[in-house]
This record gives sequence, C-alpha cells and structure tokens, in this order.
Amino acid sequence: MTLWLMAGLLFTPLAWAVLTLLTDFVWGRRVTWVGILVQVVVSLGLWLTVAQNGGFYYDLGGWGAPLGIELRVDGLAVTFVLLTAAVASACGLHAGVYIDQHKSWHRYFWPLFWFLWSGLNAVWLGGDLFNLYVGLELISLSAVGLVALGGKANALRASIRYLLAALLGSLAYLLGVALIYGQFGTLSIAGVVLWLDNHSAPAGPGLALALMITGLALKTALFPLHRWLPPAHGIAKSPVSALLSALVVKASFYIAARLWLAFGESLGSLAAAQLVGLLGSAAVVWGSWLACKQVQLKQVVAYSSVAQIGYLFLLFPLTYSVSEPISLQAQQGITLQVISHALAKAAMFLAVGNLILSVGSNRVDALAGVSRFLPFSLFSFGLAGVSLMSLPPSGGFAAKWLLLQASLGSGQWWWALVLLAGGLLSAAYLFRIYRASFAENPETDRFYHPSKSLEVIPMVLAVMALALGFVSEQVLSVMALPFEEEGAP
Amino acid sequence: MTLEEWMPLFALMISLVASLVIFALPEKGYVRRTSVNLGAALLKLVVVVVMVWGVFHGVNYGVSFTMVPGVTFVLKADALSMLFAGLSAVLWLLTTIYAVGYLEDSPNRRRFFGFFSLCVASTMGIALAGNLFTFFLFYEMLTLSTYPLVVHRGTAKALRAGRTYLIYTLTGGAVLLFAIAWLHSMAGDLPFRDGGHFVGADPDIHGSLILIFILLMAGLGVKAALFPLHGWLPQAMVAPAPVSALLHAVAVVKAGAFGIVRVVYDIYGVEASSALGLLEPLSWLAAFTILYASTRALWQADLKRRLAFSTISQVSYIILGIALVGPLAAIGGLVHLLHQGIMKITLFFCAGNYAETLGIHRIDEMDGAGQRMPGTSLAFTIGAFGMIGAPPLAGFITKWVMGSGALAVDMDWVILVLVGSSLLNAAYFLPIVHRLWFREVKGSWPEERHWGRLETSPWLLWPPLLTAVATVVVGVLASLPFSPLSWAELIVLRESSP
Repeated sequence: MTLWLMAGLLFTPLAWAVLTLLTDFVWGRRVTWVGILVQVVVSLGLWLTVAQNGGFYYDLGGWGAPLGIELRVDGLAVTFVLLTAAVASACGLHAGVYIDQHKSWHRYFWPLFWFLWSGLNAVWLGGDLFNLYVGLELISLSAVGLVALGGKANALRASIRYLLAALLGSLAYLLGVALIYGQFGTLSIAGVVLWLDNHSAPAGPGLALALMITGLALKTALFPLHRWLPPAHGIAKSPVSALLSALVVKASFYIAARLWLAFGESLGSLAAAQLVGLLGSAAVVWGSWLACKQVQLKQVVAYSSVAQIGYLFLLFPLTYSVSEPISLQAQQGITLQVISHALAKAAMFLAVGNLILSVGSNRVDALAGVSRFLPFSLFSFGLAGVSLMSLPPSGGFAAKWLLLQASLGSGQWWWALVLLAGGLLSAAYLFRIYRASFAENPETDRFYHPSKSLEVIPMVLAVMALALGFVSEQVLSVMALPFEEEGAP
Repeated sequence: MTLEEWMPLFALMISLVASLVIFALPEKGYVRRTSVNLGAALLKLVVVVVMVWGVFHGVNYGVSFTMVPGVTFVLKADALSMLFAGLSAVLWLLTTIYAVGYLEDSPNRRRFFGFFSLCVASTMGIALAGNLFTFFLFYEMLTLSTYPLVVHRGTAKALRAGRTYLIYTLTGGAVLLFAIAWLHSMAGDLPFRDGGHFVGADPDIHGSLILIFILLMAGLGVKAALFPLHGWLPQAMVAPAPVSALLHAVAVVKAGAFGIVRVVYDIYGVEASSALGLLEPLSWLAAFTILYASTRALWQADLKRRLAFSTISQVSYIILGIALVGPLAAIGGLVHLLHQGIMKITLFFCAGNYAETLGIHRIDEMDGAGQRMPGTSLAFTIGAFGMIGAPPLAGFITKWVMGSGALAVDMDWVILVLVGSSLLNAAYFLPIVHRLWFREVKGSWPEERHWGRLETSPWLLWPPLLTAVATVVVGVLASLPFSPLSWAELIVLRESSP
C-alpha cells in the first residue's frame, strides 16, 4: 500500500509534466484534472496512513542511504503534502478557467505546474541536503517559467530578476552543503545530527549553516532580500501568484526551519537567532507599510506576503535555547502560520484575480462601490483577510496565539509586540481595500460576475483557512506523532 | 451531546445561520428576507427564555472543546450571561422590526441585514463565552461585523467614521489580546468562575496582575467608551439609526462593559481586585467619565451626538457600580446594563423617527414636534425622564440602588456624582422635552413624509412605544421575580457564594 502511495505521489507529477508537454492547453487541462484527482487521493491516503501508524523512513526503489534516496515521511511532511495537494489543485482548477487558452504559449502552464508540484513534494519529503537542493531547483526554475508566462516585457523583467535571486540563493545554499559534506562526510540531516550528538561542535560548520540559511532566506524573500518578490508575484497571472506566495516561498523556508531545528542548537548562536528574528520583524513592519502604499490591488497582496513571511522567521529566536514545551509551542505556531497563510493567501490572490476580471482594472480605487453588488469574491477576500489579520477564529489567530504564548513564556516579550503590531498593520492595508469597496460612487454601475467555478474555488480555500482555527489541535496532533522506526543515519 | 450542551450552540447558531441565509437571498427578496429576520429573532427569543428559566432552576448549559493546544473554546450559560443574552435577544427583535421599516426602499439591504445578524450572533457569543479566550473571539468578530454597518451609507463622512472606529477598536483588541495572552502564560486557561481565581494570590505576581488588569481595562475600555478612549463613539453616529441604537444599547458599548464585569467578577474576583487596590481608581475613572460626558452632552446641537455623549456617561454607571465593591452597588451597576439598554434604544428609535419622518437632525429644529408626532414624542419623553432618574422609571431604580450601595460601603462622594449627573441629564434632556411639547412649530419641517392616518410608519412607531412601556414596567415591577432587578440580585447572590 505504502509503495503505491509513495510511487503515486512522486511519479505522477513528473509523468504528468511530460504528458502535458505534448498537448495543447485544452487537452492539458483535461489531463490535469485526472492528475489532480490522483494526487489528491494519494496525498490523502498517505496522510491517513501516517496519522494512523506514525511516520517512517522510506528508501526509494529499495536503495538505502547513502547510495539511494531516503525519504523522511513524518507527520509534518505529510501535512504539507496534503496542504500542497489542496492549494495546488485549487490553483490548477482555477487556472484552467482563468488563463486565456487562445495564446499559444499558455500551454506551457501545465508542464511547469506539474514540475513545480513534484519539486514541492520532493522538498517536503527530502531527507538529505542534496536531494533538498534538487527539489528546490526544480521549484525555482518552474516558478520562474510560470512568472514569465505573463508574456509582457515587465513580466519577463520580473522573472529574470527572480531567476537571478533564486540562483544566487541556490549558490549560497550549495556552498554551505559542500562545507557540511567536507566536515561530516555525509549529506543526510539525520547523519549530521547523530555526529553532533557524539562529538563537540566544531567551529567551521557554523559558517556552513549561516550560508545555507542566508541562501534560503533570499529564496524566501526575507527582509532585506525581499525586493524580487513583489514584482514577480504582482505581475504573474493570479493562479500563479497564488502558487508562488502560498507554496513556493514556504518550500525554502521549510528547509531553513528543518536545518535550524536540527543543527541550530549546536551550530547556531543567540545573536544569530535574535538577528534573524529582528529581520523577520522588520519584514513585518516594512512589508505592511509598503502594502499600505500600493496603488495596485495585486501589489498590496504581494507586499502582504513579504510581511507575513516575516512572522515565520520568529521561529529562530523562539526555539533557540528555550525549554522543550516552549520550543514546541513555537514550532506549532509557525506550522499553523505556514498552513493558514498558504490557504489564505492563495484564496486572496485567486479572489483578487476574479475581482480584477469583474471591474476590469487592477487599481484599488477601481473597487469603489463594488460591495453594492455583493461580489462573491469580495467575501472570499474578506474571509481570507480575517486569517491574514490573524483575527479569531481563523488559523492565523491560532498561530498568533501560540507564538504569543511562546514569546511570553520564554521571556522574549518583544516578539509579542511585533506580533500585535503586525496584526494591526495588516488590518490597515486590508481595510483600505474593504473601505474602497464600501464607498458610494454613482459612476460605477457596471459589474461583471465571473463564472461560478472561478468564484467557488477561493471561497473553499478561505473557509479552510478559517476552519483551521477550530481544528488546529487535530492538525497539530498528526505532526506530533512519533516515528515508527528510526532511519539509517 | 445532550440538550444542555446544544442549547448555547443553538442560541449562537440561529443568528449565524440567519446571516448566511440572508446573504444567499437575492436583494429583491424583501418578504423572504423579512421573514427570515423576524423568524430567527423570535426563535432566538424562545431559546433564550427557555435558558433563562433553566439557569434560574440551576441547570448547567455548556459546551467546550480544545481549540488550540492549551486553550478551550467554552460556551456556558450562567446568570450573568443570561442578563446580557436576554437583553440582546429582546432588543434584536425590536431593532429588526424597526430596521425593516427604517430601510424601506433604500439600497444594499441584503448587505445590511446580513452583517446585522452577524453582529447579533457575536453579542450572543460574548454573552455565553465561558473564558477570556472565547470572549475575545466574539469580541473581535463584533468589531468586524459592525464595521460594514457603520460605513453603510458609503459617504465620505461614514468612511471616515468607520476608519476612526477601526483604529480605536482594533488597537483596543490588540491590547486586550496581549493582556489575555500574558494572563494565560502566567496562570493557564482560566474559566469564568463565580468569585474569581486570584483570592489570596501569590504576592510575587501582584505586580504582573496589576499591570494585566490595567491592560485589560484599556482594551475593554475602548468599546465601553471609558474616558479617554471614547472618541470613536460620537463619530460613529453617522450610521443609520437602527445601527446606532444597536451599537449603543446592546452590542458594542455593552460588550465592553460586560467584559469589564467579567474580568472583575469572574477572573480576578471582587475581593482580590479590591485587595490589589484596582477598583478604587476604576471607580474614579468611571465617575469622571460620567460627569465629563454629561457636560460635553450639554453643548451638542445634533440630537444623535447628544445621545452619544449621554451613552458614554450612562455606560460608566455600570462600571462605577461594580467598582464600588459592595453587593448593593453591584446590583445597581448590573441592572443598569439592561435599564440603560432599554432607555437608550427608545431614545435612538425616536431620533430615527424624527429624522425619517420630518427630516429633523438638530435639536433646534424640534420645536413643536410633539404635536405632529405624539406617539414618538411620548416615548422620547419617557426615555428622557428615565435617564434623568425620575421615579418610578428604570433609571430611578438604578440610581437608587447604586446610591444606597455607595452609602453602605461609606463612599459618600458617589452620591454627589449621582446627583450631579442627574442634574446634568436634566439639563440636556429637559430643553428637548420642552421644545417638543411647549413650543410652536417654526414654519415647515425640513423634509416631511406622510403615512396616512399614522404619524409615521407602524414599523417605526411600535418599537419605541414598546420599549417606552418597558421602561415604565421594569421600574414599577422591579420587585417581581425575573425583573431585571431581581435577576441582578440573583447574579450578585451567586457571585458572592460560589
């Protein structure tokens, strides 16, 4: 059973990528529907397996480490696999209707989409540093391609900029990986941890860790390395922006977080942890401030991503030399933040895409008076906004609550202030949009309601983000499951 | 799940489902929308009445589940919850009737009633919340669902007011969240409990407890419009009259006052908070707010603005009552939660009627309106006399009980505050009453509309008349069981003997 699930999970995206290369847009869409169905079933199956029996290590093709590829299938990984299935299928279905099928180059959306999905799964499940690198590159390259699909000159400019940032990040990461291999003679994360448990920490690998995390922070667009993100996310087609903000930046953060949790205690330092936290806080403030200033709707949402990503990096100070329960609280809080932001931001980008279709303009003030027509997408946008503002009862609020507890419990109250200020700032940029929609403007009497299928998808995601607040206990309990068997170092 | 577990969920869900149904109905479905609105309001009233009966006989209604690791979502009905829930259920029905009439032929009614129901669902959640976490959940939901109501008209002025409203309430919410999280990290998940949790608390944490209390009051004080956090309330007057009525009488300001009561009684405990020296400054602040806002009200030329300042002053009676420590004063404060709601909603309904029927917004336009609209003006007069505290109306009961309570705990200065405030109330209400009945009409009304034989639409006329009758009844029959006064006595009795 597990064999089938794993095979389905890893190989269908690759197979579908090749398959859709051969088709035109319309056939690609039909093929993709089947693929989405397979992926959803397989991801759900794997999640249920792990939820019942606990996690396990899986040797791909029966070849164990160090020769073969060893996958780490734990509660956290399968939760993210499931999240990817939810968000990516929503974006895929939306894109099938949203993207104009008459432009010939749009048919490349499907192969890029499937390469991206396979890269994401590889990252969630990867157990050693080099495989993570391969997954990351797969993600970056297909993401750059997706941005370039916009076709206009500014889309190309944004994608080139994105490509350069991504390559630079990869280089830094790869350099760190090389240093680690030189020191420890293994690339498996578990192997390095085992080594560190038995020896005292040497001085060199601290630099390796710093390099890897810097590279990953660049790919995650942590302040002040965020400048590539808003143009890329703002200019891409809405379903693409949704994929990028919801999942792609999370992949590099996921690796950084796993590295920090594995090596941070022995290779990191208090100053480094606080510095990363400080940069995260600066991202929250600066990103929100810039989001308030944007004239274009999608740019507001894109800058909001810069701010929301900042919260994630509070993981570093909140897990460094604190007691076990506090560290757990912080990890749970960050995980919820990743999930709820992914759902809410995907919902928001898709809803914004629909709103732009409706009013025919990308400007915030073009929304004047729109709420008179009660656009369904404005509701989805509002519900997603509740989660982004981390107001109850959303997943974002549950995340914020846990992070508040972790920061107060570890005596680092200053992060609590950042969390609260961030919530208020996000209210400032989101209410600007609601406010515009409430203004009564006698001129706007034209309003186009997009097709039902486009409107329903963001609503489903937004409701999931909201419902996460009520079931966060259950979601987190799956991640806390112990391993069934220990893997080879 | 048993029926006792289902009841609070029912009470909450009725308005929530009503809201979703209203959003799903088309804008033009007047009849269906009105039936959903009234049907849900009636159904909820029945559920609440059943629960009031049950709570009186000692039935425990409650449901809880873990929401986020370490915190539970608790809905629970105790005597205090039912005070607020009862107020909300009764006044929701009346306000819905009123709003249907008030918004006749105006645009965006689907949006209005959808958020209106959502807002009432939040007040229900606030009433039934069983711990601070759950309370906060609905407290923030209230902010979000009232914003579209405040900016309903979509004018530049309305949008500005909405912005002020958000800045105040969201900042207050953030402060409140910080305080709740701090308290949680120090003492764990605290359910609301009669008598509180901190009697004889470890002296080491006294400092933090005091600081947390101040933060809690600051967070809740925004909605309760405690000085100096009251600035949003007069501005929010641009909202349509039923919204102002709801904001002032039931939802927003009461949510703040109710939260303060919860914190003082069921989290800290009256004894502990008074031992920490927290209640005396609170009583000064409340007393100052009462006098300050009443004085400000004197200078307002706009009728709704004058009423707004009156609200700021009257809500602080509730806070003053519970800050005076003694049981009698507490009864006075709690009963005012209801009394103020009934009287103030009457006044706002009347203000709305004047504006809708005659186009009157300013007080100097009201000369002789009593002859044109006798029913509305009668209701207004009763409400105004109730606010002043004339016997045997509702406001008199409050002031009498609170005054005796203050004397019982040797806080004689409170009598001066009560007398001063009553004089000020008289000074800003009596001129209006005088204009209504004893002055001649100045020419024509600014914007007159006719409804045949009646002075105004029956949808608009009946709600204020009913609440005016209630103002008299709760005063005259205060000693009967299930009157607001008896219920407040029950609450205080249960609080002091946990």
